[in-house]
Amino acid sequence: MSTFDEIPKTQQEALRTVVLWLADDRLIHGHRLSEWAGHGPELEEDLALANMALDMIGHASSLYAYVAKLEGREEEDYHAYFRDDIDFTNCAMVELPRGDFAFTMARQFLFSVHAFLLYQALMDVLEDEELAGILKKHFKEIRYHLRHSGEWMRRLGDGTDESRERVQHALDDLWMYTGELFTSNAHIEATVRFEVFTDPATLHAPWMEMVRQVLDDATLTMPDQNQYMFDGARQGRHTEHLGRLLAEMQFLRRSYPDASWT
Amino acid sequence: MNNQHPDASASTRKENSEALSEQEVMMLLEEVTDPEIPVLNVVEMGIVRRVEKSGQEAGFRVVITPTYSGCPAMNAIEQAILEKMMEKGIRPVDVVTDHREPWTTDWMTSEAKRKLKEYGIAPPPPTGDDSDFLSTLKSSQKIVPCPFCDSLETELRSEFGSTACKSLYYCHGCSQPFEHFKCI
Repeated sequence: MSTFDEIPKTQQEALRTVVLWLADDRLIHGHRLSEWAGHGPELEEDLALANMALDMIGHASSLYAYVAKLEGREEEDYHAYFRDDIDFTNCAMVELPRGDFAFTMARQFLFSVHAFLLYQALMDVLEDEELAGILKKHFKEIRYHLRHSGEWMRRLGDGTDESRERVQHALDDLWMYTGELFTSNAHIEATVRFEVFTDPATLHAPWMEMVRQVLDDATLTMPDQNQYMFDGARQGRHTEHLGRLLAEMQFLRRSYPDASWT
Repeated sequence: MNNQHPDASASTRKENSEALSEQEVMMLLEEVTDPEIPVLNVVEMGIVRRVEKSGQEAGFRVVITPTYSGCPAMNAIEQAILEKMMEKGIRPVDVVTDHREPWTTDWMTSEAKRKLKEYGIAPPPPTGDDSDFLSTLKSSQKIVPCPFCDSLETELRSEFGSTACKSLYYCHGCSQPFEHFKCI
Protein backbone atom coordinates (compact mmCIF):
# COMPACT_ATOMS: atom_id res chain seq x y z
CA MET A 1 0.00 0.00 0.00
CA SER A 2 1.30 3.45 -0.81
CA THR A 3 0.30 6.71 0.79
CA PHE A 4 1.28 8.40 -2.45
CA ASP A 5 -2.06 9.58 -3.80
CA GLU A 6 -4.30 9.42 -0.77
CA ILE A 7 -5.46 12.81 0.36
CA PRO A 8 -6.82 12.64 3.91
CA LYS A 9 -10.62 12.71 3.97
CA THR A 10 -11.28 12.75 7.71
CA GLN A 11 -9.67 14.49 10.64
CA GLN A 12 -8.33 11.17 11.92
CA GLU A 13 -6.67 10.44 8.57
CA ALA A 14 -5.22 13.93 8.50
CA LEU A 15 -3.84 13.50 12.00
CA ARG A 16 -2.28 10.15 11.07
CA THR A 17 -0.67 11.74 8.01
CA VAL A 18 0.85 14.59 10.01
CA VAL A 19 2.17 12.37 12.78
CA LEU A 20 3.79 10.11 10.18
CA TRP A 21 5.52 13.13 8.56
CA LEU A 22 7.01 14.03 11.92
CA ALA A 23 7.91 10.44 12.80
CA ASP A 24 9.50 9.60 9.43
CA ASP A 25 11.63 12.77 9.53
CA ARG A 26 12.93 11.78 12.94
CA LEU A 27 13.54 8.11 12.27
CA ILE A 28 15.52 8.75 9.09
CA HIS A 29 17.44 11.69 10.53
CA GLY A 30 18.13 9.69 13.70
CA HIS A 31 19.43 6.80 11.61
CA ARG A 32 21.80 9.09 9.69
CA LEU A 33 23.09 10.52 12.98
CA SER A 34 23.58 7.04 14.41
CA GLU A 35 26.00 6.31 11.56
CA TRP A 36 28.43 8.64 13.37
CA ALA A 37 28.70 6.43 16.45
CA GLY A 38 32.39 5.62 16.77
CA HIS A 39 33.35 8.06 13.98
CA GLY A 40 32.91 11.46 15.67
CA PRO A 41 35.75 13.99 15.29
CA GLU A 42 36.33 13.94 19.07
CA LEU A 43 34.97 11.87 21.95
CA GLU A 44 32.56 14.55 23.24
CA GLU A 45 31.12 15.05 19.80
CA ASP A 46 30.80 11.33 19.22
CA LEU A 47 28.66 11.19 22.38
CA ALA A 48 26.69 14.26 21.34
CA LEU A 49 25.84 12.81 17.92
CA ALA A 50 24.84 9.48 19.46
CA ASN A 51 22.73 11.33 22.04
CA MET A 52 20.91 13.31 19.36
CA ALA A 53 20.39 10.13 17.34
CA LEU A 54 18.88 8.50 20.41
CA ASP A 55 16.60 11.49 21.03
CA MET A 56 15.36 11.51 17.45
CA ILE A 57 14.76 7.77 17.28
CA GLY A 58 12.97 8.12 20.63
CA HIS A 59 10.81 10.88 19.14
CA ALA A 60 10.02 8.68 16.15
CA SER A 61 9.17 5.76 18.40
CA SER A 62 6.65 7.70 20.49
CA LEU A 63 5.04 9.15 17.35
CA TYR A 64 4.83 5.75 15.62
CA ALA A 65 3.29 4.34 18.81
CA TYR A 66 0.69 7.09 18.64
CA VAL A 67 -0.11 6.28 14.99
CA ALA A 68 -0.23 2.56 15.81
CA LYS A 69 -2.85 3.34 18.46
CA LEU A 70 -4.90 5.37 15.95
CA GLU A 71 -4.76 2.42 13.57
CA GLY A 72 -5.46 -0.20 16.23
CA ARG A 73 -2.09 -1.91 15.80
CA GLU A 74 -0.42 -3.54 18.75
CA GLU A 75 3.04 -2.05 18.30
CA GLU A 76 4.83 0.62 16.31
CA ASP A 77 7.49 -1.43 14.50
CA TYR A 78 5.46 -1.86 11.33
CA HIS A 79 5.98 1.75 10.24
CA ALA A 80 9.73 1.66 10.76
CA TYR A 81 10.53 -1.77 9.34
CA PHE A 82 7.88 -2.92 6.93
CA ARG A 83 7.24 0.01 4.62
CA ASP A 84 9.11 0.76 1.39
CA ASP A 85 10.69 4.04 0.39
CA ILE A 86 7.61 5.17 -1.54
CA ASP A 87 5.57 4.94 1.68
CA PHE A 88 7.99 7.03 3.73
CA THR A 89 6.95 10.67 4.03
CA ASN A 90 10.12 12.23 5.46
CA CYS A 91 11.54 15.33 3.81
CA ALA A 92 14.47 14.62 1.49
CA MET A 93 17.00 16.62 3.51
CA VAL A 94 17.20 14.00 6.26
CA GLU A 95 17.86 11.05 3.96
CA LEU A 96 20.95 12.51 2.28
CA PRO A 97 24.16 10.64 3.18
CA ARG A 98 25.81 11.98 6.34
CA GLY A 99 28.70 13.60 4.46
CA ASP A 100 31.44 15.21 6.54
CA PHE A 101 30.97 16.69 10.02
CA ALA A 102 30.20 20.14 8.60
CA PHE A 103 27.43 18.69 6.43
CA THR A 104 25.93 16.77 9.34
CA MET A 105 25.94 19.86 11.57
CA ALA A 106 24.60 22.19 8.87
CA ARG A 107 21.73 19.76 8.23
CA GLN A 108 21.10 19.40 11.96
CA PHE A 109 20.97 23.16 12.30
CA LEU A 110 18.61 23.82 9.35
CA PHE A 111 16.38 20.94 10.44
CA SER A 112 16.37 21.92 14.12
CA VAL A 113 15.37 25.53 13.40
CA HIS A 114 12.46 24.17 11.37
CA ALA A 115 11.54 21.62 14.05
CA PHE A 116 11.65 24.34 16.72
CA LEU A 117 9.20 26.57 14.81
CA LEU A 118 6.97 23.73 13.60
CA TYR A 119 6.60 22.24 17.08
CA GLN A 120 5.81 25.66 18.55
CA ALA A 121 3.05 26.06 15.99
CA LEU A 122 1.72 22.50 16.38
CA MET A 123 1.59 22.63 20.17
CA ASP A 124 -0.88 25.52 19.69
CA VAL A 125 -2.94 23.79 17.00
CA LEU A 126 -3.30 20.24 18.31
CA GLU A 127 -6.15 19.57 20.68
CA ASP A 128 -5.30 16.01 21.62
CA GLU A 129 -3.78 16.11 25.10
CA GLU A 130 -1.59 13.04 24.67
CA LEU A 131 -0.09 14.12 21.35
CA ALA A 132 0.44 17.66 22.62
CA GLY A 133 2.24 16.19 25.66
CA ILE A 134 4.46 14.05 23.42
CA LEU A 135 5.41 17.13 21.37
CA LYS A 136 6.10 19.19 24.50
CA LYS A 137 8.54 16.51 25.62
CA HIS A 138 10.30 16.45 22.22
CA PHE A 139 10.42 20.23 22.17
CA LYS A 140 12.62 20.35 25.29
CA GLU A 141 15.14 18.15 23.51
CA ILE A 142 14.86 19.96 20.17
CA ARG A 143 16.05 23.12 21.92
CA TYR A 144 19.25 21.33 22.94
CA HIS A 145 19.80 20.12 19.36
CA LEU A 146 19.26 23.63 18.05
CA ARG A 147 21.64 25.23 20.52
CA HIS A 148 24.29 22.60 19.93
CA SER A 149 24.15 22.75 16.12
CA GLY A 150 23.91 26.56 16.17
CA GLU A 151 27.10 26.75 18.22
CA TRP A 152 28.86 24.46 15.79
CA MET A 153 27.78 26.64 12.86
CA ARG A 154 29.47 29.57 14.61
CA ARG A 155 32.60 27.59 15.44
CA LEU A 156 33.00 26.13 11.98
CA GLY A 157 32.03 29.30 10.09
CA ASP A 158 34.19 31.58 12.18
CA GLY A 159 36.95 28.97 12.51
CA THR A 160 39.73 27.97 10.14
CA ASP A 161 39.70 28.48 6.37
CA GLU A 162 39.03 24.81 5.91
CA SER A 163 36.15 24.56 8.42
CA ARG A 164 34.58 27.68 6.95
CA GLU A 165 34.86 26.41 3.41
CA ARG A 166 33.41 23.03 4.34
CA VAL A 167 30.42 24.39 6.23
CA GLN A 168 29.63 26.97 3.53
CA HIS A 169 29.79 24.22 0.95
CA ALA A 170 27.45 22.08 3.06
CA LEU A 171 24.92 24.91 3.35
CA ASP A 172 25.02 25.52 -0.40
CA ASP A 173 24.48 21.83 -1.09
CA LEU A 174 21.63 21.51 1.40
CA TRP A 175 19.73 24.60 0.39
CA MET A 176 17.77 23.05 -2.49
CA TYR A 177 16.26 20.60 0.01
CA THR A 178 14.91 23.33 2.30
CA GLY A 179 12.21 24.48 -0.14
CA GLU A 180 9.84 21.58 0.42
CA LEU A 181 9.61 22.38 4.12
CA PHE A 182 7.62 25.50 3.27
CA THR A 183 5.60 24.67 0.14
CA SER A 184 2.05 23.42 0.20
CA ASN A 185 0.09 20.89 -1.83
CA ALA A 186 -3.29 19.15 -1.70
CA HIS A 187 -2.16 16.83 1.10
CA ILE A 188 -0.85 19.60 3.28
CA GLU A 189 -3.85 21.81 2.56
CA ALA A 190 -6.15 19.01 3.72
CA THR A 191 -4.30 18.66 7.03
CA VAL A 192 -4.46 22.43 7.57
CA ARG A 193 -8.20 22.37 6.80
CA PHE A 194 -8.72 19.68 9.45
CA GLU A 195 -6.78 21.86 11.90
CA VAL A 196 -4.04 19.34 12.63
CA PHE A 197 -1.22 21.13 10.82
CA THR A 198 -0.04 24.64 10.26
CA ASP A 199 0.31 26.35 6.87
CA PRO A 200 4.02 25.69 6.12
CA ALA A 201 4.41 29.04 4.34
CA THR A 202 3.90 30.88 7.64
CA LEU A 203 7.08 29.28 9.02
CA HIS A 204 9.32 30.54 6.24
CA ALA A 205 9.96 34.11 7.38
CA PRO A 206 10.78 33.20 11.02
CA TRP A 207 12.96 30.30 9.80
CA MET A 208 14.93 32.60 7.47
CA GLU A 209 15.32 35.08 10.31
CA MET A 210 16.70 32.53 12.79
CA VAL A 211 19.00 30.98 10.18
CA ARG A 212 20.26 34.38 9.05
CA GLN A 213 21.09 35.45 12.60
CA VAL A 214 23.33 32.45 13.19
CA LEU A 215 24.93 32.59 9.72
CA ASP A 216 25.70 36.29 10.27
CA ASP A 217 27.36 35.44 13.60
CA ALA A 218 29.24 32.66 11.88
CA THR A 219 30.34 35.02 9.06
CA LEU A 220 28.74 32.64 6.58
CA THR A 221 26.81 33.60 3.44
CA MET A 222 23.11 32.83 2.98
CA PRO A 223 22.78 30.58 -0.08
CA ASP A 224 20.91 31.87 -3.12
CA GLN A 225 17.17 31.80 -2.45
CA ASN A 226 16.25 31.71 -6.14
CA GLN A 227 17.44 28.28 -7.10
CA TYR A 228 15.86 25.00 -8.09
CA MET A 229 14.14 23.45 -5.08
CA PHE A 230 13.60 19.72 -4.67
CA ASP A 231 9.99 18.78 -3.86
CA GLY A 232 7.74 15.77 -3.34
CA ALA A 233 9.46 13.64 -0.70
CA ARG A 234 6.46 13.93 1.65
CA GLN A 235 4.44 12.22 -1.09
CA GLY A 236 6.97 9.42 -1.46
CA ARG A 237 9.12 10.84 -4.27
CA HIS A 238 12.52 10.42 -2.64
CA THR A 239 16.14 10.70 -3.65
CA GLU A 240 18.02 7.52 -4.50
CA HIS A 241 19.55 7.51 -1.02
CA LEU A 242 16.49 6.53 1.01
CA GLY A 243 16.16 3.05 -0.52
CA ARG A 244 19.71 2.18 0.42
CA LEU A 245 19.30 3.52 3.93
CA LEU A 246 16.16 1.42 4.39
CA ALA A 247 17.84 -1.67 2.97
CA GLU A 248 20.38 -1.50 5.76
CA MET A 249 18.00 -0.40 8.49
CA GLN A 250 15.23 -2.90 7.71
CA PHE A 251 17.24 -5.92 6.60
CA LEU A 252 17.43 -7.76 9.92
CA ARG A 253 13.81 -7.28 10.88
CA ARG A 254 12.56 -8.30 7.43
CA SER A 255 14.84 -11.33 7.18
CA TYR A 256 13.81 -12.56 10.63
CA PRO A 257 10.35 -11.11 11.20
CA ASP A 258 9.74 -13.25 14.28
CA ALA A 259 13.11 -12.65 15.91
CA SER A 260 13.01 -11.58 19.56
CA TRP A 261 15.59 -10.46 22.10
CA THR A 262 15.13 -13.37 24.46
CA MET B 1 11.72 -16.56 40.05
CA ASN B 2 10.00 -17.88 43.20
CA ASN B 3 8.72 -21.02 41.64
CA GLN B 4 10.04 -23.60 44.14
CA HIS B 5 6.99 -23.37 46.39
CA PRO B 6 4.18 -22.31 44.13
CA ASP B 7 1.35 -23.17 46.53
CA ALA B 8 2.80 -21.51 49.58
CA SER B 9 3.80 -18.34 47.79
CA ALA B 10 0.45 -18.16 46.02
CA SER B 11 -1.42 -17.92 49.31
CA THR B 12 0.86 -15.27 50.81
CA ARG B 13 0.70 -13.36 47.56
CA LYS B 14 -3.06 -13.24 47.71
CA GLU B 15 -3.04 -11.97 51.30
CA ASN B 16 -0.41 -9.34 50.58
CA SER B 17 -2.07 -8.08 47.51
CA GLU B 18 -5.49 -7.68 49.11
CA ALA B 19 -4.06 -5.80 52.03
CA LEU B 20 -2.12 -3.25 50.01
CA SER B 21 -3.26 0.30 49.44
CA GLU B 22 -2.10 2.68 46.70
CA GLN B 23 0.29 4.36 49.16
CA GLU B 24 1.78 1.03 50.17
CA VAL B 25 2.38 0.12 46.53
CA MET B 26 4.01 3.51 46.06
CA MET B 27 6.31 2.75 49.03
CA LEU B 28 7.10 -0.60 47.52
CA LEU B 29 8.13 1.09 44.28
CA GLU B 30 10.69 3.12 46.23
CA GLU B 31 12.69 -0.11 46.18
CA VAL B 32 12.95 0.07 42.37
CA THR B 33 16.05 1.99 41.36
CA ASP B 34 17.14 3.63 38.14
CA PRO B 35 19.46 1.26 36.24
CA GLU B 36 21.78 4.12 35.21
CA ILE B 37 21.80 5.96 38.55
CA PRO B 38 21.33 3.20 41.13
CA VAL B 39 21.20 5.57 44.12
CA LEU B 40 17.88 7.00 42.95
CA ASN B 41 14.54 5.26 43.02
CA VAL B 42 11.85 5.70 40.39
CA VAL B 43 9.44 7.43 42.78
CA GLU B 44 11.76 10.21 43.95
CA MET B 45 12.84 10.79 40.34
CA GLY B 46 9.25 11.57 39.44
CA ILE B 47 9.04 8.74 36.91
CA VAL B 48 6.12 7.06 38.71
CA ARG B 49 3.27 9.55 38.36
CA ARG B 50 0.62 7.62 40.24
CA VAL B 51 -0.58 4.22 41.32
CA GLU B 52 -4.22 3.25 41.03
CA LYS B 53 -6.35 0.15 41.57
CA SER B 54 -7.04 -1.28 38.15
CA GLY B 55 -10.40 -2.74 39.15
CA GLN B 56 -9.30 -6.17 37.95
CA GLU B 57 -9.22 -8.42 41.02
CA ALA B 58 -6.53 -7.08 43.34
CA GLY B 59 -4.54 -5.57 40.49
CA PHE B 60 -2.87 -2.21 40.18
CA ARG B 61 -2.02 0.16 37.38
CA VAL B 62 1.29 2.00 37.64
CA VAL B 63 1.44 5.17 35.55
CA ILE B 64 4.94 6.24 34.52
CA THR B 65 6.39 8.91 32.27
CA PRO B 66 9.75 8.89 30.43
CA THR B 67 12.53 11.23 31.52
CA TYR B 68 14.01 11.57 28.01
CA SER B 69 12.28 10.45 24.80
CA GLY B 70 15.01 8.07 23.76
CA CYS B 71 16.04 6.92 27.24
CA PRO B 72 16.88 3.21 26.87
CA ALA B 73 16.49 2.74 30.63
CA MET B 74 12.70 3.14 30.37
CA ASN B 75 12.14 -0.47 29.26
CA ALA B 76 14.34 -1.74 32.06
CA ILE B 77 12.46 0.43 34.55
CA GLU B 78 9.10 -0.85 33.34
CA GLN B 79 10.37 -4.41 33.67
CA ALA B 80 11.79 -3.78 37.15
CA ILE B 81 8.45 -2.34 38.33
CA LEU B 82 6.62 -5.40 37.04
CA GLU B 83 9.08 -7.75 38.72
CA LYS B 84 8.91 -5.93 42.05
CA MET B 85 5.11 -6.08 42.04
CA MET B 86 5.07 -9.77 41.04
CA GLU B 87 7.59 -10.54 43.76
CA LYS B 88 5.09 -9.19 46.30
CA GLY B 89 2.30 -11.18 44.73
CA ILE B 90 0.48 -8.20 43.28
CA ARG B 91 -1.35 -9.10 40.08
CA PRO B 92 -2.47 -8.30 37.53
CA VAL B 93 -0.14 -5.35 37.06
CA ASP B 94 -0.34 -2.84 34.24
CA VAL B 95 2.47 -0.39 33.65
CA VAL B 96 1.23 2.37 31.38
CA THR B 97 3.04 5.40 29.99
CA ASP B 98 1.33 8.76 30.26
CA HIS B 99 2.72 11.43 27.93
CA ARG B 100 0.28 14.20 28.78
CA GLU B 101 2.58 16.09 31.11
CA PRO B 102 6.23 16.03 30.06
CA TRP B 103 8.70 15.07 32.78
CA THR B 104 10.77 17.83 34.29
CA THR B 105 13.75 17.75 36.64
CA ASP B 106 11.61 19.86 39.00
CA TRP B 107 9.75 16.64 39.86
CA MET B 108 12.86 15.16 41.47
CA THR B 109 12.61 15.43 45.25
CA SER B 110 15.22 17.45 47.17
CA GLU B 111 16.30 14.18 48.77
CA ALA B 112 16.94 12.79 45.27
CA LYS B 113 19.02 15.84 44.37
CA ARG B 114 21.04 15.45 47.57
CA LYS B 115 21.71 11.78 46.76
CA LEU B 116 22.77 12.71 43.22
CA LYS B 117 25.39 15.13 44.56
CA GLU B 118 26.65 12.54 47.03
CA TYR B 119 26.94 10.08 44.13
CA GLY B 120 29.14 12.57 42.24
CA ILE B 121 26.61 14.02 39.79
CA ALA B 122 25.87 17.75 40.03
CA PRO B 123 22.07 17.95 40.53
CA PRO B 124 19.80 20.08 38.31
CA PRO B 125 18.82 23.53 39.64
CA PRO B 126 15.12 24.56 39.44
CA THR B 127 14.10 25.12 35.80
CA GLY B 128 12.85 28.72 36.20
CA ASP B 129 12.89 31.24 33.38
CA ASP B 130 15.10 30.06 30.52
CA SER B 131 13.85 32.27 27.70
CA ASP B 132 17.47 33.09 26.88
CA PHE B 133 18.22 29.37 26.40
CA LEU B 134 19.01 29.64 22.70
CA SER B 135 20.98 32.87 22.89
CA THR B 136 23.25 31.77 25.74
CA LEU B 137 26.67 30.71 24.62
CA LYS B 138 28.79 28.23 26.53
CA SER B 139 30.87 30.89 28.25
CA SER B 140 27.90 32.74 29.72
CA GLN B 141 25.91 29.77 30.93
CA LYS B 142 24.76 29.10 34.47
CA ILE B 143 27.49 28.13 36.91
CA VAL B 144 27.31 24.53 38.06
CA PRO B 145 29.09 23.90 41.39
CA CYS B 146 31.43 20.91 41.50
CA PRO B 147 29.79 17.98 43.36
CA PHE B 148 33.17 16.97 44.83
CA CYS B 149 34.71 20.22 46.13
CA ASP B 150 31.86 22.75 45.68
CA SER B 151 34.13 24.99 43.62
CA LEU B 152 32.36 27.39 41.25
CA GLU B 153 35.36 27.36 38.90
CA THR B 154 33.79 24.82 36.56
CA GLU B 155 33.51 24.65 32.82
CA LEU B 156 31.07 23.00 30.43
CA ARG B 157 32.90 20.50 28.22
CA SER B 158 29.94 19.02 26.37
CA GLU B 159 26.19 19.41 26.53
CA PHE B 160 25.81 15.69 25.93
CA GLY B 161 27.24 13.10 28.30
CA SER B 162 27.22 9.36 28.89
CA THR B 163 23.42 9.32 29.01
CA ALA B 164 20.76 11.56 27.48
CA CYS B 165 20.09 13.28 30.82
CA LYS B 166 23.64 14.40 31.61
CA SER B 167 26.21 16.92 30.39
CA LEU B 168 29.97 16.91 30.96
CA TYR B 169 31.81 19.46 33.11
CA TYR B 170 35.34 19.98 34.33
CA CYS B 171 36.26 21.42 37.73
CA HIS B 172 39.33 23.69 37.88
CA GLY B 173 39.20 23.58 41.70
CA CYS B 174 39.94 19.87 42.10
CA SER B 175 40.93 19.11 38.46
CA GLN B 176 38.20 16.51 38.14
CA PRO B 177 35.74 15.94 35.35
CA PHE B 178 32.15 15.48 36.53
CA GLU B 179 28.66 15.01 35.19
CA HIS B 180 25.73 17.36 35.58
CA PHE B 181 22.12 16.22 35.45
CA LYS B 182 20.64 18.54 32.83
CA CYS B 183 17.80 20.78 33.75
CA ILE B 184 14.72 20.13 31.61
